[in-house]
Amino acid sequence: MIPNTQSRPLDDFAAMTGRSLTRLLRSPDTMIMGVALPVMLLLLFVYVFGGAMQTATGYLDYVVPGIILLCAGFGSSQTAVSVTGDMVHGIVDRFRSMPIARSAFLFGHVASSVIRNLLTSLVVIGVAMIMGFGPTAGPIQWLAALAIVALFILAISWLATALGLLAGTEEAANGFTFFLLFLPYVSSAFVPTDTMPSWLHAFAENQPVTPVIETVRGLLLGTPVDDTALIAVLWCVGIACAGYLWAITLFTRRAAR
Amino acid sequence: MSIRDTQFCASAVSVTGLRKAYGDVTVLDGVDLDVPPGSVFALLGANGAGKTTMVRILSTLTPPDAGTVHVAGHDLRCDPQGVRRKISLTGQYAAVDDLLTGEENLRLMARLSHLGRAEGKRRARELLEQFDLVDARTRRAGTYSGGMTRRLDLAMSLISRPDIIFLDEPTTGLDPRSRQSMWEMIRRLVDGGVTIFLTTQYLEEADRLADRVAVLDGGRVVAEGTPDELKRLVPGGHLELTFTRPSELHDVAQAFDDAVLDADRLAVQVPTDGSIGQLKTLLGRIDDQSVTVDKLSLHSPDLDDVFFALTDNSNASPIRNEAAAR
Repeated sequence: MIPNTQSRPLDDFAAMTGRSLTRLLRSPDTMIMGVALPVMLLLLFVYVFGGAMQTATGYLDYVVPGIILLCAGFGSSQTAVSVTGDMVHGIVDRFRSMPIARSAFLFGHVASSVIRNLLTSLVVIGVAMIMGFGPTAGPIQWLAALAIVALFILAISWLATALGLLAGTEEAANGFTFFLLFLPYVSSAFVPTDTMPSWLHAFAENQPVTPVIETVRGLLLGTPVDDTALIAVLWCVGIACAGYLWAITLFTRRAAR
Repeated sequence: MSIRDTQFCASAVSVTGLRKAYGDVTVLDGVDLDVPPGSVFALLGANGAGKTTMVRILSTLTPPDAGTVHVAGHDLRCDPQGVRRKISLTGQYAAVDDLLTGEENLRLMARLSHLGRAEGKRRARELLEQFDLVDARTRRAGTYSGGMTRRLDLAMSLISRPDIIFLDEPTTGLDPRSRQSMWEMIRRLVDGGVTIFLTTQYLEEADRLADRVAVLDGGRVVAEGTPDELKRLVPGGHLELTFTRPSELHDVAQAFDDAVLDADRLAVQVPTDGSIGQLKTLLGRIDDQSVTVDKLSLHSPDLDDVFFALTDNSNASPIRNEAAAR
């Protein structure tokens, strides 16, 4: 490679992130998936299912981390769809024929996905507070809990970006991210896992969502966190790295066509 | 560097022995091309002839399997970023962001071209005016008509003032008026000194715009030259006369040795070079026959004739015969 004296990868990354965020703000999906959905899920789980649930704490306090992760799953499916849209509608060819940093396109999508999902998480927490969510956490625990949530969002954003590159159509991209929405249901997000049959219990305890939920819940409500925090971080870092490598590989392979 | 500069002076795009296959399907089978700077070069071919693959390779999107390619003096393999700094691509499907406004699309391109805020804004305004999009600048590109979208697409390609512009089927799907205005804009670009490499399946488009035309068929360039040179490859034009009665048809046919008869349609074709003098003589001789001409039309050879003549003799026809035999 001949050195490119004009290259400014950070500027390219900022431009791409700005573009993705503007698109998100203008897409009708965003208001529905990013604001209306979290509110509806909270109301549904707390007021419809909540009365029947037997949890140690109040059900609202129990369910908030799960709603955050579920909403992040919905958000990441929007990320996958927008990546696929750019790939199939030709704009990526324009970017790739310009002298810009190649990875700026992917990093822009991931960055806007993280920002969008963090904002949705804040909506969930805000609405939950209005409904009476009463975490006992101090500032340090709050920051730690948000950091874990951010790390989880980063991980599934890279995974969703890779799935978006893999999918040939926007409908397929939506389908591929289905399991991201499904995982929180088979975890400790909505019910304690010990009520599940033993085979399902084993799965629920050993899939990535449960340690993330347990860690966030522990930090916010002051229940013991133990080594679940470490397991949660390892899962998230692992998924983020795998998603990143997969996305870069897919993007390069697509380039060769 | 001096060698590169010499090459740049010599040609904007130079391609030697270019090959590309997708699996078993050979798309480009040894293509040689040379495009002089400041000219319009049209790559003409039917659907699936390999035009888009050619443009994708030249604009650094797809790596070739074999061959040497220099674009704007930069070697495609060794220095793709160098190529990208000199070119722009307007693909077959408009690559505009439908959720951004026309102006935002241009500003994004300006930002990605590292123009700087003030210069980017100025350049975007300039292009909005040049492409008659000032009134639509605050509307989302998704609401634009087909013609407006193509104009925005082209304007976005020009932000960085490229030396070479690749246009992949720039007018496919446009209505006649939008097509005319697109042609007008392409001509203005050429006046500004850029090199244009366009692909088209419309022979009229190649004829109107291009200084040189290459006909791509079955992954090879089957003919190359100026539109006039190519037209000389096929027989000249003719005057076609249609009659209402067979007897009149035969009277006229007998008067002209070189006439071609089409008894079914009661038509006769008399060769002509299309000059006024010769036509006058021809019409005078027909008038002498005292026959009633039902319809008269003058057919001059166009690139359609060239295209059909050239592509029928190559590998297109065996495929067609095979398909017919099945």
